[in-house]
Amino acid sequence: MIGTLVTLAIIFGELSLMAFGGGNAVLPEMQRRVVEVQHWVTPQEFSALFALAQAAPGPNMMIVPLIGWHVAGFWGLIVTSVAKFLPASLITGVMVTLWERFRDRPWRKIVQAGLVPVTAGLVAASAAVITVASVHSYWLAAIAAIAAIVGIGTRLHPVAVLGGGALAGLLMGFA
Amino acid sequence: MTAIASEADTAPAPSITELFLGFLGLGIIGFGGLLPLARRTIVEERKWLNEQEFIDLLGLCQFLPGGNIMNLSVAVGVRFHGWRGGLASILGIIAVPTMIVVCLGYIYDQYRDEPHVQHLFAGLAAAAAGLLISMGWKFIKPLRGKIWALCVVAVLFVLIAVLRLPLLPVMLTMAPISVLLSWRFGK
Repeated sequence: MIGTLVTLAIIFGELSLMAFGGGNAVLPEMQRRVVEVQHWVTPQEFSALFALAQAAPGPNMMIVPLIGWHVAGFWGLIVTSVAKFLPASLITGVMVTLWERFRDRPWRKIVQAGLVPVTAGLVAASAAVITVASVHSYWLAAIAAIAAIVGIGTRLHPVAVLGGGALAGLLMGFA
Repeated sequence: MTAIASEADTAPAPSITELFLGFLGLGIIGFGGLLPLARRTIVEERKWLNEQEFIDLLGLCQFLPGGNIMNLSVAVGVRFHGWRGGLASILGIIAVPTMIVVCLGYIYDQYRDEPHVQHLFAGLAAAAAGLLISMGWKFIKPLRGKIWALCVVAVLFVLIAVLRLPLLPVMLTMAPISVLLSWRFGK
């Protein structure tokens, strides 16, 4: 149990420090560690947990406490939450006080612009990893494709898209 | 200059309790995409920051690792009340969503063997995947025409999604390369 908690803390602490561009950038790594290395959940379960977290209100990384809870109950939830949010928060807290000094420096813009394609590549990888794990029939492929098109082409609220997907999945069961 | 502006159009500094409650409210109402709501709450409704201060702090938060909203809550809290303010703010924003997500997880665990529930979750997961695809597209679209940036995207995609390499070594090599390319070819 303690070993599991330590492993959870290490995995999510590391992810916290690498999450440039937000949580979705580290989704493939989270999936690799939680599914492929630790075998705590199957790829399908991981996708389901991710979808659940997306359907819930709040910040978009609520899959983190969900995995902690799934793997090690209450303490798992506490440990993953602290590990995922504390390191990034400490950096932010320190940087807020230092920010004034370097916000106008030219290198800041260069570094920021340089990280944009990194984030873009990681989010694209997230999309591929999650799609491969959750699409295993033509019907589901159609749902994912429609959700993607609606997401790109309209301003429909994401929760409406998720609700539509869930409904379409339910109808698939009767088809 | 900003000091004068902030005197004029911000409310008195919030207390630690107000920070907690403010972000608690944000955590409850915010479904997918908290950023516009955060701006409305922090700038327009509660007037903790003026527009320029908000944009400034957000710029910092986007630059640092971690979710933008998480970082923003910490940054706002720390600005007013040091580490205790930061702690109150982040606890506020994750408290209710954590409870909701655990309840949903519990329901999923209880009923996951029901065929209808399975189909429902399969559809939900497929839609979530589709939304991720649209998000990836929105990140990549502004990079059109920047060959160096598209190369970085392609290399990262192959390393992470196809070869499934660990993220840490990939980041340690690709982030500096990308920054170097941005410095050399950006503009």
